[in-house]
Amino acid sequence: MAEARDASAAERRKRLTRERIRGIMLGAGFPVLLVIAWDLVVRYTGTRLIPSPREVAVMMYDFSFGGIYDDAFSATIVTHILKSMERVYGGFLAAAALGIPLGLMIGRVKLIRQLLDPTLSLLRPIPVTAWLPLSMIFFGLGPKAAIFLVFLGAFYPILLNTIFGVRSVDPRLFEAAAMLGCSGQAMFRQIVLPAAMPAIFNGLRLGHGFAWILIVVGEMTGVPTGLGSVIMDGRTLSRTDLAIVGMIVIGVLGFLTDRLIVLLNNRVLRWSPQHHE
Amino acid sequence: MSDAERRPFLAIRGVSKRFAVGDDEIEALASVDLTIARGQFACLIGASGCGKSTLLRIVAGFEEPSSGEISVYGKSITGPGSDRGMVFQEYALFPWMTVRQNISFGPRQRGKRGAELDAIADEYIKLVGLERFTERFPSQLSGGMKQRVAIARVLANEANVLLMDEPFGALDALTREQLQFELLQIWERTGVTIIFVTHSVEEATLLADRIVVMTAGPGRIDADIAIELPRPRDVASPEFNGVRRSVAQRLTSHLARRDLKTAA
Repeated sequence: MAEARDASAAERRKRLTRERIRGIMLGAGFPVLLVIAWDLVVRYTGTRLIPSPREVAVMMYDFSFGGIYDDAFSATIVTHILKSMERVYGGFLAAAALGIPLGLMIGRVKLIRQLLDPTLSLLRPIPVTAWLPLSMIFFGLGPKAAIFLVFLGAFYPILLNTIFGVRSVDPRLFEAAAMLGCSGQAMFRQIVLPAAMPAIFNGLRLGHGFAWILIVVGEMTGVPTGLGSVIMDGRTLSRTDLAIVGMIVIGVLGFLTDRLIVLLNNRVLRWSPQHHE
Repeated sequence: MSDAERRPFLAIRGVSKRFAVGDDEIEALASVDLTIARGQFACLIGASGCGKSTLLRIVAGFEEPSSGEISVYGKSITGPGSDRGMVFQEYALFPWMTVRQNISFGPRQRGKRGAELDAIADEYIKLVGLERFTERFPSQLSGGMKQRVAIARVLANEANVLLMDEPFGALDALTREQLQFELLQIWERTGVTIIFVTHSVEEATLLADRIVVMTAGPGRIDADIAIELPRPRDVASPEFNGVRRSVAQRLTSHLARRDLKTAA
C-alpha cells in the first residue's frame, strides 16, 4: 500500500519534472527562433541599417569585457547597469513606499479619499513623459530627474492597485476582526494590509515594468551613464549594435527582477492558490 | 440551572431598524422585544426579509438600531465586542492565517502571547477536532472544517453569546447534520448562549430550546415557541414530527395571510 503510494508519488514527480522541462524548452526556444529569423532577414536583404545577431554578440562581448573595439563603451557594462539599477530601484522603492501606505489610507479612510482622490485622478492621465520639462527644471539635468520620472511611472499602478485591493476586501473580515477585539491602527497592519496584498503585488509588478520603461526616458535627460544613455548614444553615433545591446540588457534585468517579485509573491501569498504563479 | 443563572441575560428592548434605500425608507424591523436567558439556545426563524439577520447584526454591534437598546447583563452595548461572537454563513475566516492563527487571533488581541496563547489555541482546536489541520490555510479546508474554525475562533475569544447567521446553510446535508450534532455538544459542554438564525424548521426544532418566529413587512416577532422535547432529539420520532409540524404551520399561516393581503 505504502509502496504503491511512493511509486505513484515518484511517478507524479517525474511527470511534473517533464512538464517543467517542456515549459522551459518552449519558453526559451521561441527567442532562439526569433534570433534565427532576424539573422536570416539581415542576410537575405543585405541591409546595412540593422546589425546581424553576430555583430550584436560581438558588441555585447566588448561592452562586457572589452578587448575588441576598445572605445568609450568597452568593458563598461557594470557601471551602466549599476547606475540604471540605482535609479530604477530608487524610483520604484520610493513609489512603493509612498503608494502602498497612501493607497491603504485612501481605500479605507473616507476623509482622505475625498481629499485626495480628485487631485490624483486629475494628475493620472498626464503621460509621465510630459513631466520631462518640469522635472528638468525641478531637478536639473541629471540622475534625480530620472529617478523622479521612474517614481511617477511606478507610483500610479502601485497606488491604484492598493486602493482597489483595500476596496475589494470582504467587509465581513473587518466585522470579524472588530468583534475579535481588533481596531484602529492594529486593523491596518493585521487586516487591511494582508487582505490587500494580492492586489498590491499586482501593482508592484506593473509598477516595476513601468520603472524599466521610464528609465530610458529618464536617462535621455542628459545623464552620462546608464543603459538609457547607452541607447541614446547608440542612436546619436549611429551604432545600432550598441542600442540593441542596451535593449537586451534592460530586457534581461527587467525579466530577472520580475521573477524575483513573483518569487516573493508566491512566498507571501502562499495562502491564496489563485495568486500563485 | 439556578434561578440566578436564569435571569435575563441578553435583553432586546424596543429595537427597530430603518434603512434608507434611495429616497425611500424601508422599515426592516418594527419595535422588537426579546429576552434571552443565559445558556439558552434560541432560534430565529422566518421567511427572507423578516429582519432576522438584521436583528442578529444589531445584537453583534455591526449595525446600530434606529431606536431601542440591547443590553447584556444590564450593560448596554454600543458596538462589536468580544463578549458576542458572530459565526457567518460565509465563514469570514482570515484567508492569510492558518487554522491556528485564526483561532489565536482574538486572544492575541487581548495581549496573550507565547505558551499561554498556544494553550488557548490548542484547547479550542481540540474542541472542534481540527488537531491534524492546524497549519492549513482556509483555502485548504472543506466548508465544514471552515465553520468549525469560525466557531472555535469566537469561543477562544471567550464569547459567551454565539450569534450564528445561517451558519450551516452553505454545507451539504451530511456535513450539516454532523455540525449540528457537534454544535449541540459544544453548547452543552461550554454553557454558551446561542442565537441561531435559520430558515429551516427542522434545524430549529432539532437545536433550539426556543423558536422565535418572525414575520416580514416590517420585521417583528410573531410567535415565541418553547421546544420541550428531551435531548438528544430523534428527528424520526413522532413527537419530533409533531412539534416540527406545529412550528411549520405557525410559519406558513402568516405567510398565507400575507399572500391574501397582497392579493386583496
